Amino acid sequence: MALADLGLDLQRMPAPLPIWRGQVNRDAWSSIARAVAEQRGRLVSAWGIDRPVAAGGIAACAAYALPEGLVWLELPIDGQATGFPDLSPAFPCAARMQRAMSDLSGLSAQGVRDQRPWLDHGKWAARAPLQRDAARAPVTVATLPADYPFVRVEGDGVHEIAVGPVHAGIIEPGHFRFSVVGEKVLRLEEHLGYVHKGIERRFTELAPSDAYRLAGRVSGDSTVGYAWAYCMALESAWGCEIPARAAWLRALMLERERVANHLGDLGALGNDAALSFGFSQFSRLREDWQRLSKVAFGHRFMMDAIVPGGVAADTPPAALDQIRRQCEDIERDVRGMKIVYDEHAGLQDRFLTTGLVAPELAARLGLTGLAGRASAQAFDLRCDHPWMPYERFDVAMATHHSGDVAARVAVRFEETFESLRLIRALCDGLPGDGTRAELQPKATTSRGAGWVEGWRGEILVVLEIAADSRIVRCHCHDPSWQNWPVLEHAVIGNIVPDFPLINKSFNLSYSGHDL
Amino acid sequence: MWHVLKQIVRVGIVTEPAPQVSDVDSAAVQRIHQDILEIVGQALTIRQVDAGSCNGCELEIHALNNPYYNIEGLGIKFVASPRHADMLLVTGPVSRHMEEALRRTYDATPEPKLVVAVGDCACTGGIFGQSYASCGQVSNVIPVDVAIPGCPPPPLEILRAILSAVRHRKAQPSDR
Repeated sequence: MALADLGLDLQRMPAPLPIWRGQVNRDAWSSIARAVAEQRGRLVSAWGIDRPVAAGGIAACAAYALPEGLVWLELPIDGQATGFPDLSPAFPCAARMQRAMSDLSGLSAQGVRDQRPWLDHGKWAARAPLQRDAARAPVTVATLPADYPFVRVEGDGVHEIAVGPVHAGIIEPGHFRFSVVGEKVLRLEEHLGYVHKGIERRFTELAPSDAYRLAGRVSGDSTVGYAWAYCMALESAWGCEIPARAAWLRALMLERERVANHLGDLGALGNDAALSFGFSQFSRLREDWQRLSKVAFGHRFMMDAIVPGGVAADTPPAALDQIRRQCEDIERDVRGMKIVYDEHAGLQDRFLTTGLVAPELAARLGLTGLAGRASAQAFDLRCDHPWMPYERFDVAMATHHSGDVAARVAVRFEETFESLRLIRALCDGLPGDGTRAELQPKATTSRGAGWVEGWRGEILVVLEIAADSRIVRCHCHDPSWQNWPVLEHAVIGNIVPDFPLINKSFNLSYSGHDL
Repeated sequence: MWHVLKQIVRVGIVTEPAPQVSDVDSAAVQRIHQDILEIVGQALTIRQVDAGSCNGCELEIHALNNPYYNIEGLGIKFVASPRHADMLLVTGPVSRHMEEALRRTYDATPEPKLVVAVGDCACTGGIFGQSYASCGQVSNVIPVDVAIPGCPPPPLEILRAILSAVRHRKAQPSDR
């Protein structure tokens, strides 16, 4: 779909990826959503913003991914109205994002049936905490979380299994309500928001040049992805170009983060299908990997290694040699493990046709990222909009059509091999100039966006900074928003004991979603 | 099966020797292992509770189960219910939504119970602090025996904290 067909006055933002921004009225807000959906574009994120009228007033925002790039739209909401036209008829994944907008910003989608709060469990010391006057409004806080009206499945022999928020394993908290017959799952309903800790309001209390640390803690397993997206947004807002070497080192870290998570998941998936050998081997490789990250980047997860303007420290040549050698070693082990996994009848019996999301359903629900690619949703920002340094490498996208646990395992294997290739190429071609550029705050309101393909999928950070260098709004979007609702579909008709396996094959973020 | 056996034989046991790129002293790992066995003298069961963390601490707690640290080999085991646990390993600033769940988990843990707060957020509230949605540090909600800083603390430090909590309890058996 041509961007020009939208009939909008869009401004290209100075960013490494193609990102446009523009204002719309209520009619255009709805018609564009329909047009984008018809042309198979994606809704990336939706959020609200509240600022003084002179600075733009209250607005609802949405970001769409089109073949040409990202379009960030703003719908001003004037005095009388408190809502905006519902996006969920065009994009089902908008439903929860809109419920969160209502909880956080007090903006509601008009005419939606599901009026239940999503992130707000009735325990916050503020209503609509992202509204400007939120801190002033006194609220009475309940001692117990509010009851959540789950959808009841009724019929002969149907019973409910309630799981969480404290889970049986070492995982993040959330609640799953299964309606089952025998051991077959009829319906799963998720209830999230347990790890909401006020990240987006906390951003407004930090200086833009310090807030990268908070961005790096939105989701610990994606610290590199979020730090890069935040820094890209800030650099875009303040008009800073980072040195080529810094961009290459950032990509090196992003690929290392991808490999670390894929190694961990491949082991855990073997373990969930009772092959503890797989867990031992992959967790050993992951530990080797993280120890070298500590040597090369100063932190086992590379937290705080990406900073505004570049990277915190240069990577010594000796560490680059170690990285190259380790890629060889790990690749040999992972290729061996792939043969074991492929040939293991018991494992394949658990993986194949389990937790299936057909490509048509994936497209309708907006399944994205790694899980999307396993269901033929062929999007990867490194291939679609290769920014520096990815434009040099012709990244191969891993896609499968079968949409089951086996496909999500296969995508992980393929992406691991591709990332190992990229890491070697990045080490070999690393350009030699500086690692950090100076940032100059702007004396006017500035906006920027960062869009990065994290290991789980596309991460978006949008940032608005006031003339006095205060963060007005920083919205972080995790691909888990799109994928959590699809998990509910993926488990239908499966047996309860397969849920941990299916859940792990998606491995979605709670913290990145709850914020 | 042939590939599995070949891989097992080729890799061997990695728990003992220090890996080359490591800053971890293998002697320290062994000493800690020995100490835990001497003090606990039996299995130690741990229930991990994420009370609002970013998942970084969870990844490092997971790492304790890898063959390098191999804590299950020492009789330290992560269990699925607080009713089976000797110790709670709590991460994160406590989100207001997890406050009650954490308190109930603590209440469900049989006496004598130990609580280790893992990571900067669990110790002080960390970068998230205290807010409309966060209660801050773990000790604001339940009593804490040992707090271990770090963002996240590496696996060896978490192992040390587990040990010092056990020692702390041994020194003051009738405390609390």
